[in-house]
Amino acid sequence: MRSLKFIALCAALASLAAGGAKAATLDDVKAKGHLQCGINTGLPGFAFTDNRGNWQGFDVAYCEALAAAIFGKARGNVKYTNLTGKTRFPALASGEVDVLSRNTTWTYSRDTDLKQTFVGVNYYDGQGFIVPKSLGVGSALELNGASVCIQTGTTTELNLAGYFRDNNMDYEPVPIETNAEAIKLYQAGRCDAYTTDASGLAATKAAFDSPGDHVVLPEIISKEPLGPLVRHGDDEWADIARWVLNALIIAEEKGITRRNVKRMARRSGDDAEANRMFGNEGSFHEMLRLPKTWARDAIAENGNYGEIFEKYIGRNTDLGLERGVNALWTQGGILYAPPFR
Amino acid sequence: MTTATAIFPNPLRWALGLWRDQKHRGTIIQIMALVALLLFIGIIIRNTAINLQALGLEIGYDFLTEPANYDINQHLIDYNSLSSHLRATAVGVINTALVSVCGIILATVIGLFAGILRLSKNWLVNRIMYAYVEFGRNVPVLLQILLFHALIIHTLPHPRASLSPMDGVFLSNRGFYVPQPVLEPAAWAILAALVIAAALAWWFAGHAKRVQENTGRHYPVFTINAALIIGLPLLAFFLAGRPIGLDFPQLKGFNYQGGMVLRPEFTALWFALSFYAGAYIAELVRAGILAINRGQTEAAYSLGLKPNWTMRLVILPQAMRVMVPPLISQYLGLIKDSSLAIVIGYMDIVATIGGISLNQTGRALECMSITLFIYLSISLGVSTVMNWYNRRVSLVER
Repeated sequence: MRSLKFIALCAALASLAAGGAKAATLDDVKAKGHLQCGINTGLPGFAFTDNRGNWQGFDVAYCEALAAAIFGKARGNVKYTNLTGKTRFPALASGEVDVLSRNTTWTYSRDTDLKQTFVGVNYYDGQGFIVPKSLGVGSALELNGASVCIQTGTTTELNLAGYFRDNNMDYEPVPIETNAEAIKLYQAGRCDAYTTDASGLAATKAAFDSPGDHVVLPEIISKEPLGPLVRHGDDEWADIARWVLNALIIAEEKGITRRNVKRMARRSGDDAEANRMFGNEGSFHEMLRLPKTWARDAIAENGNYGEIFEKYIGRNTDLGLERGVNALWTQGGILYAPPFR
Repeated sequence: MTTATAIFPNPLRWALGLWRDQKHRGTIIQIMALVALLLFIGIIIRNTAINLQALGLEIGYDFLTEPANYDINQHLIDYNSLSSHLRATAVGVINTALVSVCGIILATVIGLFAGILRLSKNWLVNRIMYAYVEFGRNVPVLLQILLFHALIIHTLPHPRASLSPMDGVFLSNRGFYVPQPVLEPAAWAILAALVIAAALAWWFAGHAKRVQENTGRHYPVFTINAALIIGLPLLAFFLAGRPIGLDFPQLKGFNYQGGMVLRPEFTALWFALSFYAGAYIAELVRAGILAINRGQTEAAYSLGLKPNWTMRLVILPQAMRVMVPPLISQYLGLIKDSSLAIVIGYMDIVATIGGISLNQTGRALECMSITLFIYLSISLGVSTVMNWYNRRVSLVER
């Protein structure tokens, strides 16, 4: 009898594992009633918990906008999975999360070999170095022979090896699993420099007891376009993820803010593109199989791209990041959303 | 059974007969369990294959020959960021082997001492060892690794203010630097002297044993052999005109350059693994010694053997028989525990092929299968050797 039960158990497990592979992601998300979003384990400005324990941040805001586009509002409709540099891709590929919004660099092999679809760029970043001021180092080219802390499993590890090789310099890599651990070692003096994306350096520096004792070196040694991504195989879902991001950027371009979005969406002015986006003209929402109010709801959640930027990582936050290349293309940056038509 | 089939010509009744027979029923249940197990494994493999196909991923090991593109701080063979993933794996395997071998040696030494001292009649020594054993066994090894690492990183000074107990030796939170011997051509003489000394020592040990067996005369074998093995190469060293130079570590820029270094990651992992396994081995040693009848000690004393001779010649050889089988599992455990190295950034197998290579190529199944295979090979190899040793020391029963 025991072996019969065992076979039954096997069969049950097998059917469990076999199911759930193919349905459309949008239908799955609607059926389970929430969006499962993969985010960082904790990075100031990008993904952090507020004093009530809720996840907040630049990357989290995108998850909320996406959930709002599908369900009308994010509250109660989005759940988070905290992922390390190592666990993020398997989690996305296996369907544990529906979308990954975790300061992930868009690269060729991640796009092709790992079978993922990057839906856009929400932050153009680059890798830099931070060193204690007391070392008296003014340039990354003076780091010959230094010990450098790095987070393993990231593109920064490869850039670092390439940069030192190209410049014929020696270094001792000190690989660490998480950002928090790496910072601890850097502060203890195990390494002379810590390297990660410039935005991460700003976040790190802001969290120090005495930020003035450290300097971020001027060199940016790589391109790190960060953005949300989904897995291959469901283009409709990728389209939804892509156009929610684009809607946030278009909204900034048109001056549609969190405060005025309801009014703007209702009143069909002369702006044809806004009218199409808010469903006042044509039925573009049907192409994404989303409710008519999807764009309005997504923008109403945390505001447009610029508002999200300023709220979490902009000049008035601890991170104090300038818009720089992340400004709209109309304002000297390279942020550019395709036309909504 | 022929009579049984004659009585039950009906196949159903025959089958029922088989089932009612206790011996046959046992066989049938075993066959069913085996089929179920194979079925289960088959389903898992098939499912994995189907899911991978659905994701459009293929299993392939071609990436192993491509450049790894990352650097590894501790490599005992030539390695740079243009070396292949395969070479990175080899570096990882060597690093795992290094910390395991060092760990096993140190753990055995610690365990032997702690185990014997735990039986000491001195109250303080006994209690200290008791505290050590209980701490070592009851704190997770992961925490011990982090503790040792934090101790080294936070208590030792920065390289620019490093401690220098003697010339050319530096202690800082970047590691323990010592001068590196540099061999000059004439150094072969020293090597030759060492080989000759070893051969002589081996012969002398055999000779001393024969003499003792025949006449009862006892030579101080250990002292004489130690003098031989150290003295002869030393003599050769001076006769050949000191052909070994020393490369002293020097503070250049950020770090010491030259010399040899024990990195804090290695040291922390080595100490933590030895400390943890040593506590278990201490208990094994204690159990092994207590398993030997008190009469053995008394008999040895009555023959006039000194206490430490009694321990070395009478008690320990017998205790070894009890200790070796559990010791095998301790050693295997230590090797497997070394896979926690990544938490402090020591680049072992799990950190190289099972970590960074996996991350950078995204080939999770391939990298994990390689890692599993390597650990399995190491563990099976170690247990083969230890089992051979166990057969050698165990009592021959007739």
